[in-house]
Amino acid sequence: MKLAVASGKGGTGKSMVAANLAYTLSQTEPVTLVDCDVEEPNLHLFFPASVTTTDVTVPVPVIDETACQHCGVCENFCQFGAMTVLSNRVLFFPELCHSCGGCTLVCPSDAIREVPKRIGTTSISTPLPRLKLISGMLDTGDPHAVPIIRAAKKLAAGDPTIICDTSPGTSCPVIETLDGCDACILVTESTPFGLHDLRLAVDVAGRLGIPVGIVINRSDGKDQATLEFCMDHDLEVMMTIPFEREIAAIQSRGDLLCRVHPEWQKAFTALFIKCSALAGGD
Amino acid sequence: MIRIAVISGKGGTGKTMITAALAQLLPGSLVLADCDVDAANLELLLDPKIIRTEPFMGMKTAVIDPALCTQCGECMEHCRFGAIEHDGDEAYRVLPIRCEGCAVCVHVCPAAAVTMQPRQTGVIMYSETEWGHLVHARLEPGAGNSGLLVHAVKKTAMEQDRNCDLFLIDGPPGTGCPLISTISGVDIVLVVTEPSVSGLHDLKRVVAVCRQFQPRILVAINRFDLEESLTETIQLWCTEEKIPVIGKIPFDPVVIESVRNGVPVTRTGTSPAAQAIQILESNLNEELKHYRDQRK
Repeated sequence: MKLAVASGKGGTGKSMVAANLAYTLSQTEPVTLVDCDVEEPNLHLFFPASVTTTDVTVPVPVIDETACQHCGVCENFCQFGAMTVLSNRVLFFPELCHSCGGCTLVCPSDAIREVPKRIGTTSISTPLPRLKLISGMLDTGDPHAVPIIRAAKKLAAGDPTIICDTSPGTSCPVIETLDGCDACILVTESTPFGLHDLRLAVDVAGRLGIPVGIVINRSDGKDQATLEFCMDHDLEVMMTIPFEREIAAIQSRGDLLCRVHPEWQKAFTALFIKCSALAGGD
Repeated sequence: MIRIAVISGKGGTGKTMITAALAQLLPGSLVLADCDVDAANLELLLDPKIIRTEPFMGMKTAVIDPALCTQCGECMEHCRFGAIEHDGDEAYRVLPIRCEGCAVCVHVCPAAAVTMQPRQTGVIMYSETEWGHLVHARLEPGAGNSGLLVHAVKKTAMEQDRNCDLFLIDGPPGTGCPLISTISGVDIVLVVTEPSVSGLHDLKRVVAVCRQFQPRILVAINRFDLEESLTETIQLWCTEEKIPVIGKIPFDPVVIESVRNGVPVTRTGTSPAAQAIQILESNLNEELKHYRDQRK
């Protein structure tokens, strides 16, 4: 099963839920945890281990100035404004390039070829005997998160149980992470911010046809609006985690609730069973 | 106009709550923008009255005319984004959610069956609030181009209210496309962090991104009392990096209450959080004075 943990709003506890779920499952079965929040990956902080790191590259054009006629066809074609052709040279802006390969196709002088450019890394580790952690990390200053997510997910392909931690928001990185998942946990908090963004996240998962279940985190008991929303949209609240300073502190210092308080493992096991039902039963 | 962006790296550290409070407290004329266009929340605290909305057209999207498609498969073969689908005997189809608008399919189609069509992927709203105009947006869930939309939101604010003293931006989390679009061209970034290993890790990364744009970088630590040893670590790191920590806000249930009531926390009397944000504001104001003097 491929499971995504997402939220819409940032800081609701996605990584906390993903990490504890993976930790709990790994007590009895192999689990692959994939950190797809490649702009700000954090899961490795909870599972320190030695890692094997590989560069992620995307193809970008290089111009052979001796063959280039400076005709401007590439500039006209590039939809992203990544090429500016001057009378005697071509300026290329890598941060705007989407690596579509269009410029190499349209160049009438065969003056453009593609070379790999590093935009980040993927790291694999085995912090626990049955736990594989794959982390994607975008280089700071690079805008293109999606190819890193794709590379990280590819490394997990074929593994029996995969849990993907998603970035906040609802745009391209979230779509890339959710794509192909069998079910999605949406972690929310009972505030108007949490509910507003939960609505958006439910919409995104719906458009991708992925069944969702809800986890309410840091509950202070005032969950009525969230519960009503879930009821109206036929969404199951699979777990409620109370607000306790102790739980927040465990997470803050980089530890795991289920490691410090093993009695919580039961709740996370139950959560996984509910997710399996969500993925299997339409 | 001085442009200030409130960002965080890690999500959920309190950017929006602090932006709303600063909007209420900062002196001078103000225009606001919510650049967290994926999940825009500032409107929930500022009670905006929409003056007008305009459609946001993202990148054009490829569309295949089934009547012209000869099912040769060239488009699918050349598309690097997996945006073209094909089942059985049907014509090839573009998945708009995956299409990045590169137009390679248009170029390679031998039957001229593919065209690039404009597609509305969001709306930009120009609103009135008690503290100044707010430009905010709604991105269609699942749409790309959030960086472009951020750019459009900023542009609207700067054009419409160019004579304001301050341009205050509520930024997105992360370090990617929308964040880079947010901080490009701003004078000051205020990074809101929290005392957690994740908060510190993400602070370091987002500061590394900011350094490539050379704004003045300031830090505020939210919920600083939840893990004081990490607050110390963050302050130590900031000192080493010569980044001023201009505010420390305690954990305060009043913050959640004010969000539930849809008002800036500084409106709800003298709670510990509100008092701490007042100190943050006066420190920021000193920074602004200093910045203006330097500019002269």
